This record gives sequence, C-alpha cells and structure tokens, in this order.
Amino acid sequence: MADIAARNPTILTGDRRSGLHKLMQRKSTIAFLMALPLILLIAILVAYPAGYAVYLATLNKGMTRFVGFGNFEFLFGRDTFWLVVYQSCLFAITAVIFKAIIGFVVAHFVHNIPAKGQRKWRGMLLVPWVIPPAMSTLAWLWLFDPSYSALNWLLGIFGIEGIPWTGEAGWARFSVILVNVWIGSPFFMIMYLAALKSVPEQLYEAASIDGATWWQRIWYVTLPMMRNIIAITALFSLIVTFANFDIVRVLTAGGPLNSTHIFGTWAFRVGIEGGDIPLGAAVSLFMVPILAVAATFILRDITKRGSEV
Amino acid sequence: MADASIASGAPSRPKYGSMSRDRAWALRWSYFFLVLFAIFFLMPPIYMLITSLKTSAEISAAANPWWISNPTLQNYIDLLSQNQFLVFFRNSAIVSICVVILTMMISVIAAFALARMKFWGSATLATGVFLTYLIPETLLFIPLFKMFAWVNETFGIQLMNHWWTMIILYPTLTVPFATWIMIGYFASIPKELDEAALIDGATWMQTLTKIFIPVALPGIIAATIFTFTVAWAQFLYPLAFTTSTSELVLPVGIITTLIKGDVFNWGQIMTGALLGAAPPLIIYAFLMDYYIAGLTAGATKG
Repeated sequence: MADIAARNPTILTGDRRSGLHKLMQRKSTIAFLMALPLILLIAILVAYPAGYAVYLATLNKGMTRFVGFGNFEFLFGRDTFWLVVYQSCLFAITAVIFKAIIGFVVAHFVHNIPAKGQRKWRGMLLVPWVIPPAMSTLAWLWLFDPSYSALNWLLGIFGIEGIPWTGEAGWARFSVILVNVWIGSPFFMIMYLAALKSVPEQLYEAASIDGATWWQRIWYVTLPMMRNIIAITALFSLIVTFANFDIVRVLTAGGPLNSTHIFGTWAFRVGIEGGDIPLGAAVSLFMVPILAVAATFILRDITKRGSEV
Repeated sequence: MADASIASGAPSRPKYGSMSRDRAWALRWSYFFLVLFAIFFLMPPIYMLITSLKTSAEISAAANPWWISNPTLQNYIDLLSQNQFLVFFRNSAIVSICVVILTMMISVIAAFALARMKFWGSATLATGVFLTYLIPETLLFIPLFKMFAWVNETFGIQLMNHWWTMIILYPTLTVPFATWIMIGYFASIPKELDEAALIDGATWMQTLTKIFIPVALPGIIAATIFTFTVAWAQFLYPLAFTTSTSELVLPVGIITTLIKGDVFNWGQIMTGALLGAAPPLIIYAFLMDYYIAGLTAGATKG
C-alpha cells in the first residue's frame, strides 16, 4: 500500500520541495517497515535475552530475591569455576592457533598444485566443516572408545600403547582440542586460499629475482598481504570456539572430573541440568569480555575497510 | 612431469633447470601432504560408514576395526523402520525448511532496505546485525529458558518441549549472517541499475524482486545453503528446550535415544550419525561453489 502511495503522481506534480520531502519520508518509512521483522527478531530474541541474562545473574537460586554479585562471589570461591576459566582459555586459544597453522599450511599445499585439481581437493578437505558438529563428534567418540578405539588399534601397529583419549584429564583436553581443530581448520583453509589467490603474482616474481628463499617469500610477501584476513578469521574463530558447546558436550560432557568443561557446557550443567538458572546465567556471562574484545577488533577492521573503499 | 622434462632438456641453463626441479619437488611434497591431510580430514566420516555396515558381533570382535568382513545393511534397515527415527528426521526437515524460508524472507528484504534505502539509524542497525551475528547461542539459552516459562505463565502458550519452537529460535542464528552477506551482495550491485528502474516508475518492491533478487541470486543461494546447514546442525537449543522423543530433532534425537546408559549400539549410532550428516553433505556435493562463496563472503564482504 505504501508503494502505491509513493507512486501517487500528485506527490510528484505537487509542490516540488515538499513533494520531494514527502517522498524521502515515504522512502525511509518503507525502508523501516522492510527492516522491521529483522529489528523485532533481534530485539526480542537476542538483545532482550542478553540483557535479561545480566538481571538473572543477580538473583538467588529460587529467583525470588536480589543478591547483587552474590552468584559471582560464589563462583569465585569455587575451584571448578577456575578450572572452567582455565580450560576455556586453553581450549579456545590452543585450538585457534592450531586451526590457523593447519589452515595456512593446507591452503599453501592446495595453492601449489595445478589449478584444475584444486577444486577437487578443496571439496574433499572442507567436508569436516559441512557435517553437523554433533554428528562428527559422535564419530570421534567412537574412534576414542576406551575398549574398541580404532585409533589405538592403528597406534598398536606401531607398537604404541593405547591412549586413554577421553579417560584421563590431560588426554581428554587434548581430544576436545583435536576434534575442534579437525572441524575448524577447513574453514581457515578456505579463507586463506581465497586470500592467497588475491596476492599478486608479480610480488613473488620480484621476491625471487631478489633471491628470496621460500621462507622469506612467506614471511615478507604472503603474511603481510594476508595480515587482515588472518586476523579477522582468527578473531571470528576465537569467538565461535570460546562459545563452543557441541564438541565438549558430546565428547566428554565435561568429564573426567570437570576437567574439560568450558563456559557453555558448564553453564548448561549448572543452569539447565542443575536447575540453578541464575548461576548458569552468571557463568555464561563470563564469555562476554572476550567476545566484546574480539568483536571490537573485528568491527574496527570492517569500518576501516569500509572507509577505504 | 612436464617440469622434469624441461629440467633435463635444458642443461645449458642450470639456473632455470634447478628452479623448475625445485618446483617439481614442491609439487610432489604438496601432493604427499595433501593426501595426509585428506586422510586426517576424511577419517571420521569414513569410519562412520565402515561401522554402519557392520553387525554388532563384528564391532565387538577383536579384529581389524578398519575392515568389514560381512557387510550388511541391517543397521540402516533397523533404523529406518523405527518410527522414532523417522519422527526425528521429519522434525528436522520441517524445522530446517521453515527456518530457511523465514530467514530468507526476513533477511533479503531487510538487507535491501539497509543496503539501498537509507533511513534513520540504518547504519547503526547494519552494525547491530553484525554484532548479533557474533553473539553465541551459549549466552542466550539460559535467559530464553526463563523467558519461555514467563510466556507460559502470562499467555498460556507452552513453548517448551515443542519442535516448532525451534522455528522461532533458529532465525536468531541464521538471520544476522544471511542479512550480513546479502547486504554485501546488494551493495556490490551498481546504483545505476536501481536508479534506472526507479526512474521507469518501478516501486521499491519491484526493484527488489525484478532486479536485486535475480542479480544477487548466487548470494541468495549461498545464504540459503548456509542457513540450511546451520538449522540442520543446531544442537544446543533443541537439547535445552525439548525432551520428549516425539519432539526431538535429528542430532539431539540420535544422541539422546541411541546412547542408553553403558550399552552403546555403535553400529546404529554411526548409521544415525551418517544419515544425520547426509542432507548437508548432499547439498554441499552439488552446490559446493556457492557454499564456498558464502563462507568467504561472510568475513570478507562488508
């Protein structure tokens, strides 16, 4: 209906100045209406719950009484909480570093081979990213099975004794990171491959004429040219990894002895399974600082690039 | 091979020869490591397939786990004849398709408004969309849990333990991303195109449907595939908000019903996991290029 009004010839033929003004007004009204479903969705199901989480975190367990920072004080006094903080940081940082390295290396190998074969390899290597994480983690759980582990069988061929993949705290931490790296590095590979293709070939030619070794070519040409994309991919992945849930939940469910719990899974354990919603909300809020820092950097990069164009 | 022949056929130019020999070796090493990485990346899905074709007796036998002596489709037959599994599949399919339709309708229209029809606060909203994309579901599920209880008390609508609640929830994960990449695609369309349409008397809606959607079709396909993949794979929300077996979606259904206590029927679990992974994998196999375009657009466009 608004469209028809906007096309109404009286607006165009009327007083030119106010007609134009009206048209502009109409245009912005239409635009606002078009964006309204999006605004409502974000406001009701994202912004409001995010704010509500802060309020919830200040209530007591029965949600009847305001306790201020009581939940946070309680958390600070618990060893499990500090274990979760330690594990979350270890998990996210280690996983992102390895994902970035493996993604970078694999992207180089794919970039090296003749162009017509690249599509096939890229397609194969992206498979872990396409499978729903909960489903592929099940496959890993089965590969890590204490009695029938197919990985331990392979190690047995080389005379290596079976590894308690999910049974012992140190190995369980390693396992959740391994699965996360497996799922996430194809994403880095795709991003870096796209970035590698945008580096002008002349730069490499100039470098090799100057007698640069392959290492110098990577260090002085590839890395500086890809700095932006490396940073933004790593920050993105840091957010996603830090807020991970599926992998840890399916693979270890936080065990053994809470050693692999991260914020997401522990908040679920405390808030939904334990029935202490305010405490769960308080736990999940600890993700906010690192998310905010990463988001600020990403946003700064995007606005910077936006103004360059 | 071509490099090697050049290298051997040009002894008078040792410098050039050594360079191409280097390149030939680099190529060989690249293939070698690519094969290693492909084995690492494809091992779990292949092992899923291997296990799904085995009998329970063979799985628990102390034989080579990577070899199938008596291939059987019994696991598939058992699982697909279970009513319960078909219910999970149906729930997942309906939820994913509805979420895709809802997401694309909301995000294409909103992205058009944000990219082309500036209005008060539109730049802030575009940034806000991006920020929402960065807010993870692990932060929102607890307040949502409480909000659903409040909705039930106030309006008498029970949102808990219904698969259709997921149709309301998943767009929070898919709409921001889809809108974001659609803004990127729409912004890359030349302004002259829609100006010409407007001068010819097209309404904004006509400009969108007759010009923007056809031109940005690759972006729309990429966003659709991405939305479907996210909706199909979502695990936390259905795990937190649904419990009855008739209301579960596929990933949660497989994990909560097939894993019972200490008795793991791995043949069936792997079959279920493979069937659960199949729809996104099949779509990916056919529309790989769109998938990759969407993936790279998410972080690079803007």
